[in-house]
Amino acid sequence: MEKLKNVKWNHYLNYIVVAAVTVIFAILSLTGVIESSDKYLLEKVAIAITLAVSLSMVVGFLGELSLGHAGFMCIGAYLGGKTAVILEPVIGEWPALIVSLLVGGIVAAVFGMIIGLPALRLRGDYLAIVTLAFGEIVRSVFMNSSKESFGGSLGLDTPRFNKDILFVIAFVMVLATLAVTQNLIRSKHGRAITAIRDNEIAARATGIDVTKYKLLVFTVSSFFAGIAGVLYSYSNFTVQSTKFSYNYSIEILVMVVLGGMGSINGAIIAATLITFLDVELQTILTGNLAVLQDLIYALILIVLVIYNNAPALKNFREKYNLKAFINKFRPHVPSKHKDDEAKWDRVPTKIKMDEVLSVDFQATSPYTPDKPGKEEK
Amino acid sequence: MSKIVLKTENLGISFGGLKAVQNLNVEIKEGQLYGLVGPNGAGKTTVFNMITGVYKPTTGKFWLDGEDLTGKGQETINHKGIARTFQNIRLFNNMTVIRNVMVGLHNQPEFSCGVIASVLRLPKHFKTERAMRDRAKEILDIVGLLDERNNLSCNLPYGKQRKLEIARALATNPKLLCLDEPAAGMNPHETEDLMKIVRRIRDEYNITILLIEHDMKFVSGLCDEITVLNFGTSLVQGPPEVALNDPEVIKAYIGG
Repeated sequence: MEKLKNVKWNHYLNYIVVAAVTVIFAILSLTGVIESSDKYLLEKVAIAITLAVSLSMVVGFLGELSLGHAGFMCIGAYLGGKTAVILEPVIGEWPALIVSLLVGGIVAAVFGMIIGLPALRLRGDYLAIVTLAFGEIVRSVFMNSSKESFGGSLGLDTPRFNKDILFVIAFVMVLATLAVTQNLIRSKHGRAITAIRDNEIAARATGIDVTKYKLLVFTVSSFFAGIAGVLYSYSNFTVQSTKFSYNYSIEILVMVVLGGMGSINGAIIAATLITFLDVELQTILTGNLAVLQDLIYALILIVLVIYNNAPALKNFREKYNLKAFINKFRPHVPSKHKDDEAKWDRVPTKIKMDEVLSVDFQATSPYTPDKPGKEEK
Repeated sequence: MSKIVLKTENLGISFGGLKAVQNLNVEIKEGQLYGLVGPNGAGKTTVFNMITGVYKPTTGKFWLDGEDLTGKGQETINHKGIARTFQNIRLFNNMTVIRNVMVGLHNQPEFSCGVIASVLRLPKHFKTERAMRDRAKEILDIVGLLDERNNLSCNLPYGKQRKLEIARALATNPKLLCLDEPAAGMNPHETEDLMKIVRRIRDEYNITILLIEHDMKFVSGLCDEITVLNFGTSLVQGPPEVALNDPEVIKAYIGG
């Protein structure tokens, strides 16, 4: 019993929640309560979570802005889909699924490593441009492929999989992504990665191998983006390159920013919300209004960045936030794990978005003292 | 005769036409507390940046324990045994104090643990983490920050942040520790405390220390030997009481 109390429950909370959701929906689908459209939605949610968690590694923990995450997913979707098409008649459904997941993930990881190389020299906007260009290049390569190879502009027809099981597999992949990401971040290697984010010069002077860790993060992150791509190819009848456009990369970025950069749990929640929002908007905004959908994501991103960074909103932010709201209803309990204090799931990231996006948020001098009377408390 | 830890020969760097440092010849013996002083803009920090690999020297060479490290990268030089602190504090602000030190321990061979072992949570991972935490606590005890270990490093007062930088540099197990203005911004009481810490690091851990400082009381009370720099060239070398009273040095500081 004592041992149970010492387990850091909030480290495992997200596994438990995701696993519970999976089990509940698996039972529901066996009893036939949920419809196939709901299963499709669940697959979408799982794919979005995988993408958001893997991108949050690059953006939230390494502190680099990558706008090409959909590109890695695209590689995974096409190569995994093609592998499945070729292998399924030969070795059967399940082995083909496993092999294509591996192929899609590994090829995406190799490309992630290649993209990681310029990331060692470029920072901020410039890296964003390179990754953005990469995503577009990948997309247009598949778009212009021949009909026999990857289907070209018509898209690649992908094999079907039992809908009752596919979303369970997708959620198992979410758990795998969570396990790898969190275990990596909560180790000495994760500490080195966050050190690079916090102060690269100091990290170098402390002997951290910056090259190795940047490549590692890009590789692992794109591996899981590739996995998400393969799941996408299984979840849809065809893989079409138009899906993996720049807008989709931004959508993933919105999930990460909305969840709070450096927060994995936040990324999970935000990915779920955005996916639901996506589906809802698609039914509401039809016809010419469909363009508004991308506009809404852009607005969310702008509002969030301003809300999190604007100095004028500082007091507002401190007074009205979720944490303060929750603490109001909860008696203060001193932490049992004072010694470690490794609250990894709540790494307080104050990545300055103005640095990342080279926007000047501070119109006035940053040394302007706050309103008088605030400090005396 | 004790062995020479750091030796520079005609070390110099120029940025375009500006010769920031020229012909610097320094020999630092094992266990020495060596001071580098000089007026503002004399090139003291540039010397630090050269021997820690931030800048590549344009002329001359330097050796650590007889090994030529000229033009090597920062990480390599750190692995070979030169650690530094920064004039403008560069801590990992979003981490707790103890984790700052644990980053310093990252490359120590006794705390090695592969990425795979960490991701799969093998017993080695837990063993390493525990050992690192214990070692980090020992190091924090040296600089007197043990009680602050769970605070975020950005919330520490200025003097303690400086000490934490020293602790982090110390964690990389250096042969030569370079301190860039360790006493800047400290009150006299804190400065005295720092002098004790620096002496203790030298005596107990036998680490050679090279420091830049403007506080002359600090320098003369601590250093065995100093080099006075002015306009990138060395004016005088010798024990502090001799070097600081040299007419050339007084002229450089006061003018005339």
